[in-house]
Amino acid sequence: MVIPALLAVAALLALAPIALLLSRSPFGRPVAYGASLALALVLAAAAAASLFGHHDSAITLPLGLPWLGAHFRIDALSAFFLIVVNVGAAAASLFAIGYGRHEEHPQRVLPFYPAYLAAMNLVLLSADAFSFLVSWEFMSLSSWALVISHHHIRENMRAGYVYLLMASFGTLALLFAFGLLAGPGGDYAFDAMRAAHPSAGLAALILVLALVGAGSKAGLVPLHAWLPLAHPAAPSHVSALMSGVMTKVAVYGFIRIVFDLAGPPVWWWSMPVLVVGAITAAMGVLYALMQRDLKRVLAYSTIENIGIVFVALGLALAFKASGMALAAALAMTAALLHVLNHSLFKTLLFCGAGAVLSSTGERDLEKLGGLIHRMPKTAFVVLVGCMAISALPPLNGFVSEWLTFQAILLSPQLPSWGLKLLIPAAGALLALSAALAAACFVRVYGIAFLGRPRSDAARDAHETDGISVVAMAILAAACLILGILPGFAIDALAPVAQLLAGGRMPTQLGVEWLSIVPIAESRSSYNGLLVFVFMTASAMIAAFAIHRLASDRIRRGAIWDCGFPDASPLRQYSADGFAQPIRRVFGSLVFQARELGEMPRPGSTAPARFTAIVRDPIWDTLYAPISGLVAFAAERLNVLQFLTIRRYLSLVFAALVLLLLVLAAWP
Amino acid sequence: MALIHHFAFQGMQMLLVLVLAPLLTGFVRKVKARLLRRRGPPLLQPYRDLARLLRKDVVLADNASWLFRVIPYLIFAATWVAASLVPTFRSGLLFSWTADLIALIALLGSARFFLALAGMDAGTGFGGIGSSREMMIASLAEPAMMMIVFAVALIAGSTQLSTMAAFMNSAEVGLRVSLGLGLIALVIVAIAENARIPVDNPATHLELTMVHEAMVLEYSGRHLALIELATFLKLLLYVSLIACLFAPWGLTAATAEPLLIATGLASYVVKLVVGGFLLAVFETAIAKMRVFRVPQFLGAALMLALLATLLRFVSRSF
Repeated sequence: MVIPALLAVAALLALAPIALLLSRSPFGRPVAYGASLALALVLAAAAAASLFGHHDSAITLPLGLPWLGAHFRIDALSAFFLIVVNVGAAAASLFAIGYGRHEEHPQRVLPFYPAYLAAMNLVLLSADAFSFLVSWEFMSLSSWALVISHHHIRENMRAGYVYLLMASFGTLALLFAFGLLAGPGGDYAFDAMRAAHPSAGLAALILVLALVGAGSKAGLVPLHAWLPLAHPAAPSHVSALMSGVMTKVAVYGFIRIVFDLAGPPVWWWSMPVLVVGAITAAMGVLYALMQRDLKRVLAYSTIENIGIVFVALGLALAFKASGMALAAALAMTAALLHVLNHSLFKTLLFCGAGAVLSSTGERDLEKLGGLIHRMPKTAFVVLVGCMAISALPPLNGFVSEWLTFQAILLSPQLPSWGLKLLIPAAGALLALSAALAAACFVRVYGIAFLGRPRSDAARDAHETDGISVVAMAILAAACLILGILPGFAIDALAPVAQLLAGGRMPTQLGVEWLSIVPIAESRSSYNGLLVFVFMTASAMIAAFAIHRLASDRIRRGAIWDCGFPDASPLRQYSADGFAQPIRRVFGSLVFQARELGEMPRPGSTAPARFTAIVRDPIWDTLYAPISGLVAFAAERLNVLQFLTIRRYLSLVFAALVLLLLVLAAWP
Repeated sequence: MALIHHFAFQGMQMLLVLVLAPLLTGFVRKVKARLLRRRGPPLLQPYRDLARLLRKDVVLADNASWLFRVIPYLIFAATWVAASLVPTFRSGLLFSWTADLIALIALLGSARFFLALAGMDAGTGFGGIGSSREMMIASLAEPAMMMIVFAVALIAGSTQLSTMAAFMNSAEVGLRVSLGLGLIALVIVAIAENARIPVDNPATHLELTMVHEAMVLEYSGRHLALIELATFLKLLLYVSLIACLFAPWGLTAATAEPLLIATGLASYVVKLVVGGFLLAVFETAIAKMRVFRVPQFLGAALMLALLATLLRFVSRSF
């Protein structure tokens, strides 16, 4: 199946220059996005055939390094991630057929879009370090081009700059990781790396480099700083891909290196992964709660979800190292299922944000409101997305969260003390971030879609086009189906878990009533289908009985509001106001949040002022010093720019002599 | 035949919680009134209130959306389903494996999510204040609850309520420090989740400290009746949950023996009476907290539950 996949990727690459031509005509754009959609579906089908047919396929092409060639391979792991990427890409392309109409400069988006899709697919298909890194860098660059496609906005240029820096840094870390994996022999094919087990010290270094390299792309705290800048800057369907899909490619890179290539794990490997994952989850959602920009909230929530995935991956590492194959398979399945779930609802939510943006021109939550009346269809599908991401049953986000909690409950059997103390703390942070995520999305939905419009733009909003709605509705339906029938997904993931964790969960499809039973029914089970059926049935029965037997009359009246309604929509609760209690409870610790109130003296007609100050601890303690240092060094080295030619020549000569001396002194 | 029995018991449980829930609230109100040396409303007053609300017209705000009209049904459905899954008089019911304790808490989380959205729908100051504070309280109560679940589930080796109740009923369980800590934490969480004093005052209106009542301020008629009924059900659920985990005496396993069922029912009613009485005494004895003291109150629950879980991770015998 690798050959059709590669052909589809080649077609995507060929589409890129054609799309430049197509972008000139308004009829060409839907064609370009439609072709991307078709190719993404082909790729997804090829991957599905490989995953469900349980067969790997590989090919070596005479490209790239002459002595290496370009290895491509589809195994269970890459097949699963190919499905995730291409389902997300197909949905985003379908959305873009409608949404792309609002694009002002299509020639800056269209050619890079298929190239970006091709790059992500190539990363997943590559089976040697060289083609992996080249595709990885290609993915970074093509997404960078999309981030700065609206480059007339200053903020976007800055976002693109930070993104480019962090992406290069991450690739550098991955380059070293692969270099260490290849060893002194320098065989860069994944098969050779898999066969050669690195020594314990080297393996530890590889773990750290993989965590830094893949983690910076995925948005792990503290390497996340670029993500909330870059993801919202791109056009919305690209934001959806970056958040929903590209972060998953980064997760793939981490899994590939740590679970597949680096050899058998040691128990303490899981500790940095768990710590970073748990902190990322909690910090990500706290940041999200403090934001006013709709797309930035979603970007920070991506960071939170990546944290959840890494906690589950850390658990899988711990179980695998301790020889608990069943538990490792459970944790791995939870991580992979959350990857799939997050790609679905985050793509949906970013598309929803795009629909809001194209309809109102606003991303600021404080200027939205009441959109449920003007955009009822978008409001409905976004509500499904918000429920799914808040991990509410019977939707899909809850299933992966529930599986993660079940994995945590197996961890007292782990032998090491460090993990016994760490895992409950990670579990508490996970529960905290789940609760805060619900608060975050009540805030987003309540402010943007409910209430009264806070600006003229929100009042004059209109429903988005039909194709966009269909794309979002498909994603929402997928969220519901995965939530009520998770057994199918868990069974489909079994070969991947087998490959990575060395064990598999019990088959779920044979279980009565289609419930899921990770270990044994007396221990734990969950049935999303019955929960859904029971909830629907009870709500229907209640509605029917009450309307039939009691009353079904409705009168409309003015807002009650305890008798003091206020006509001004600005007197509603604001997004900042909604977050205020949480800012006071958590923010004072994490963000050094302070509130300054300034009341005018009695009799004065000056307005009262209120300022909330929130500092970003990671930016302040990590990024600001580094960028300060770079700026300082650059300032000092500035004199070197204005030397005469003689001085330059003598500098070159001095450098040459120094290098030769070093070489001579080298043992 | 066996299947019919199972269905019958499941249906009985669903009706039982629905019928008993208003009575429990009525009982708590009555005891509170008596403790204050008032006569108090009759025990059956909550039923009369519900019947009165159901008959009345609904007055909707002009700008209320369709979501506002659907939410009462969803809240009621989620809470009712959750309440029917907690073993009351008999464990091992037909659908008890549909949702374990974690899923049960998440179901209540769904109900809260909708309620908070309803508070934001009309676009009023009171609604917003209620939703915002409710989510703040939940952001502490939910992790605390999850830690309690962890502690108890690690002792019982299951998150399935029927299995947990059976284990707690056996001689194996003994006296454990982590169970004690878990019980205290669970009581604190239950008080916060049910919007009782000292976290919230269920009997207040027009007060800037209110949380739950502020969210439902715009509701009237049958919608309000459903939300009230869901509130009653939630109180019953938490009392049943505490009883099922920490006082599972009289709870019969899967059996159809009429005598055992009768004992189970009688002991359940006794537990409800004791639970309701203790709640009334506690509420009468304590003053309402400021909103920003609540995080400390709930933080204590979170820390106790975390401690209980850690103890379980560290040693099997605590």
